[in-house]
Amino acid sequence: MAANPAYDPALDAPAEKQPLATRLMYLVRKQPLGAAGAFIVLIMVLSAIFAPVLSPYDPTANDFAAMAEAPSGAHWLGTDQFGRDLLTRIVFGARTALVVGFASALVGGIIGLVLGVASAYFGGRFDLLFQRVMDVFMAFPLIIMALAVVSIFGTGVQNVIIAITIPFIPRCARVVRSSALALREIPYIDAARACGYSHTRIILRHMVPNVMAPFLIMITAFVGQAILLEASLSYLGLGVQEPTPAWGLMLQGGAEEYAESAPWIAIFPGLAITLAVFGFNLFGDAVRDVLDPKLRSQ
Amino acid sequence: MYQYVLKRLLLLFPTLLGAAVLVFFLMRLIPGDVCELRMAGTGAYFDKEALKICQDELGLNRPILVQFWEFIRGYATFNFGDSMYTGRPIVEEIVLRFQLSLQVAIMATITAILIAIPLGTISAIKQNTWIDYGVRAFSIAGIAMPSFWLGILIILGLLITTKSWFGAAWMPPIQYRPLWEDPVYNLTMLIWPAVATGYRYSAVATRMTRSAMLEVLREDYVRTARAKGLLEKIIIRRHALKNSLLPVVTVIGIEFAFLMGGLVVTEQVFNLNGLGKLFVESVTNFDYNMTQALVMLVVAVFVLTNFVVDVLYGWLDPRIHYR
Amino acid sequence: MKTFAMKTAAAFAVGAALALSAGAPGAAQAATPKKGGILKYVVPAEPPSFDGHRETSFALIHPIAPFYSLLIRVDPSVPYKSGNFVCDLCTEMPKPTDGGKTYTFKIRRGVQFSDGTELTAHDVVATYQKIIFPPQGVASARKAFYVMVDSVTAPDPYTVVFKLKYPSGAFIPALANPYNFIYSKAKLDQDMHWYEANIMGSGPFIFDGREAGAVIRGKRNPNYFHKGKPYLDGFEAIFAKKQSLRVQAIRGDRAAIEFRGFPPKSRDDLVKALGKDITVQESNWNCVLIVTPNHKKKPFDDVRVRRALTLAIDRWGGSKYLSKIAIVKAVGGVAFPGHPLAANKAELQKLAGYWPDLKKSRAEARRLLKEAGVPNLKFELHNRGVDQPYKIVGTWLIDQWKQVGMTVTQRVQPTGPFYATLRKKKDFDVSLDFNCQAVVNPLLDVAKFISDDKTGNNYGNYQDRELDKMFDAMNQEPDPKKQRAIMRKFEKRALDEQVNAMITLWWYRIIPYRSYVKGWYISPSHYLNQQLEPIWLDK
Repeated sequence: MAANPAYDPALDAPAEKQPLATRLMYLVRKQPLGAAGAFIVLIMVLSAIFAPVLSPYDPTANDFAAMAEAPSGAHWLGTDQFGRDLLTRIVFGARTALVVGFASALVGGIIGLVLGVASAYFGGRFDLLFQRVMDVFMAFPLIIMALAVVSIFGTGVQNVIIAITIPFIPRCARVVRSSALALREIPYIDAARACGYSHTRIILRHMVPNVMAPFLIMITAFVGQAILLEASLSYLGLGVQEPTPAWGLMLQGGAEEYAESAPWIAIFPGLAITLAVFGFNLFGDAVRDVLDPKLRSQ
Repeated sequence: MYQYVLKRLLLLFPTLLGAAVLVFFLMRLIPGDVCELRMAGTGAYFDKEALKICQDELGLNRPILVQFWEFIRGYATFNFGDSMYTGRPIVEEIVLRFQLSLQVAIMATITAILIAIPLGTISAIKQNTWIDYGVRAFSIAGIAMPSFWLGILIILGLLITTKSWFGAAWMPPIQYRPLWEDPVYNLTMLIWPAVATGYRYSAVATRMTRSAMLEVLREDYVRTARAKGLLEKIIIRRHALKNSLLPVVTVIGIEFAFLMGGLVVTEQVFNLNGLGKLFVESVTNFDYNMTQALVMLVVAVFVLTNFVVDVLYGWLDPRIHYR
Repeated sequence: MKTFAMKTAAAFAVGAALALSAGAPGAAQAATPKKGGILKYVVPAEPPSFDGHRETSFALIHPIAPFYSLLIRVDPSVPYKSGNFVCDLCTEMPKPTDGGKTYTFKIRRGVQFSDGTELTAHDVVATYQKIIFPPQGVASARKAFYVMVDSVTAPDPYTVVFKLKYPSGAFIPALANPYNFIYSKAKLDQDMHWYEANIMGSGPFIFDGREAGAVIRGKRNPNYFHKGKPYLDGFEAIFAKKQSLRVQAIRGDRAAIEFRGFPPKSRDDLVKALGKDITVQESNWNCVLIVTPNHKKKPFDDVRVRRALTLAIDRWGGSKYLSKIAIVKAVGGVAFPGHPLAANKAELQKLAGYWPDLKKSRAEARRLLKEAGVPNLKFELHNRGVDQPYKIVGTWLIDQWKQVGMTVTQRVQPTGPFYATLRKKKDFDVSLDFNCQAVVNPLLDVAKFISDDKTGNNYGNYQDRELDKMFDAMNQEPDPKKQRAIMRKFEKRALDEQVNAMITLWWYRIIPYRSYVKGWYISPSHYLNQQLEPIWLDK
């Protein structure tokens, strides 16, 4: 997913013909933070994919002979109060984080994209009304929206994704709309209209591709935010539920109770969240630098 | 200009109305109500008659549109009603918490500014050096760290360090006293959440300072100053910094609006009796009236702050004209 | 990390309350109580209204009970003993007359409400009229506890007479309910809802203000009728929702005690960090989580499937390990462990899910699942969004069921939607539910298991007329031995033959507190013994 070549900053490197290693080195020198971010993201994706191979333990099986054990050769990061291997749960937790992160960023982003472009395209009253609705959603406290959605639909991965997606829509729509507004006046859109193309076709084929840059910037930023929001919801007891391994969930309840005598239970999942969001943010910044021509000149 | 201000002010009303509709129906979609919740103690024995009495008392059995009309009519006449959970006037319930949240928001903003402006400036001056990368990594780590995790670490750190240094574990007070009554007590309580939140919010401001600074440093007058042979320090302090602060102020203003209702998780960690905690409690307690009041408050603060920031921006920067 | 204190705790008999570490109970009682000081304690939630008659949350008891007196109450010096009711406002526990149908209470003279008016029998009658026969539009949460009461009258200002429709052993325990605050008749006459937003009683403390969401304060009642008490100058009940924060509050001495109960790990940490500055009292707790299958939903209408569910649970092992991480401990049946009506170990081991041979039990579970045609049963456990012990026990149960081949996911809901699902939607597969009563009274507490049309808190969607009959017979049976025999049959049917519901482990109440707090004794319920007047501070 993150490795989708279309958004890979590596493609932006100038010397296409040079060997891969040289091109990578160029990138690392030009965007060292971005490269570090991409590296973290890559590790996370890989560990999510190969989770069952990477760990000999079952992430949900209780082992009362090994409750809250300190890190050791058998359990590199220690175990939690149910005797479950922390490393295993963190590695499997990467799956939950990525699923929630990408699903909500993509769904929220795409709906926002379509709405934003449509709003700019149709303009007039539709745009005005749409703007007001987006105002409401923007001003509405994000965590409260998520809280209400989870209370209505119940907890679980799917509903957490819904809860996180909804607040993303207006944020994306607003950014996309402002880029699309400029497009509307460009002659080729008029030309397309004159050709009698349907609105859907004009929006999807002619306008959407031209607002991809801000869209991609938003999406990469969203993934990190979604992971963080999922963790916060789980921490409030409203997110993913046991026994599903998830980072925010691992920090909730037991972790705080054991924070003093078994600090590894609280420290490692927190580190995992921090590192993942850190990686996505660095990567997102690099994507922005590469895609946003105004910033690139700097 | 005046027309623009008036137009923007009038736009507040559709936004508030929209938020009112949204929160009203969203809350009522959650299964259960405050009366059912009251019957959750002692083995969850529930008396159907007592349930109905409670619902009648709170008007929960009336048609939903009647309830909505009452809600809107109340707000139109500045009658915000009573909390459905404690039965006390909303205003009484909010005042104390508002005070606390406001103070934390202000302190967090100050922390953010203290971190962001020096770091952002250094980062810009030393663009693309390891110092720059370090600063950026530090500020992004601020966004990446879950605030509740940072909170747990801070409290734990305090307990453990005070225990090992002074022999007795010390933790911040858990009861609020206003700043003017007992400043030391107040600050020892609120400094921790303010730092935790301020660090987080400094990330955005640092980034803004950096890019604004970069832009200013390329301006003609900075070049002129350099050509005059002025010391770099003076150039930065006298010319560049001042002019790069405008966008930073904007960002901080908008973040501040978020802070008022957005401290939900931090307030949970530090047991701060603020708006964020009240928010979560009123949603989980099915306190419709309270949730509605809080949403309206937060939305109004948000919209007004945005408005003030926009107007100030236009006023300060003569290049921008509003129509 | 076992301290001496904990070893002692383990050594004592189940059901006994223990004051550990520095001050053993005897020593504490020997010392002369000191006067003065403010007791600070943390409470996990803010109470809704102030009206005890209407609310059901313990969050009301902890900060509000000290403002009121009761007619009778559980003895605050030995609150862990069952059936030890003593007078609070009355002068002597009455012997029933008229074949057990009339109870006559004499009321103390000279008791004052905090507004200076005298408390008389008329106030007691007005209070019980409100609780038992609430007028139109007044909610009384526990009205059903008093079905046996025919009338409450005051023949003179210092006598209250309760007339029952039939003799009942459940009457006195119901009367001792800690929510039955005695209100002023004058205030009730003025407005039946007055006590929802106001506080005015005759208890050891007088209301001294509230900060919304933060604290409720009480100050000493100088005219309190138990002479010489209370010892404290006042108290502050501080609301702190997060458990870890409440533990840290005690660690950092921002509060001295929390009266609900901490998990074992927090006790160990506090004892380790503070040594003799921390005293621990522990007791079995009259609360239990119950696994409730939805009898209206396939395949849980099949008794074999329900039986497999209970057979898969290793209660004896759970008691050993789960008690290290959750506030649960004792293995028990339908009655509070240690109570004379409760099953002993030998009796328990005959019930499904309590067999001493776990392997045999789990093999039988697999066999039953196969026989019922669901060898790889998949279902969703419905649970409440409360950490201790709901989610911990939930996680444990899911792992237990996994070991006989079931795949169980969990749906956790906040309290409100959780009960909406149990009461209205009824679309769950298997739910965790709880029973938790103030006064230990198994005869009434087991009402949880009778047909859902006969009781207000059975969420399993079943009717079992056999159980209903046994329940009534047990409640009208005067001979304790025969009561006990019926209880065994009741238990056998509910937990083994029909497996209408499954008892998990009984809760275990652990109160670690600052050692300078003296005079408070643990009870098997966090609702009981919270008037705080015997407490003093040794500072």
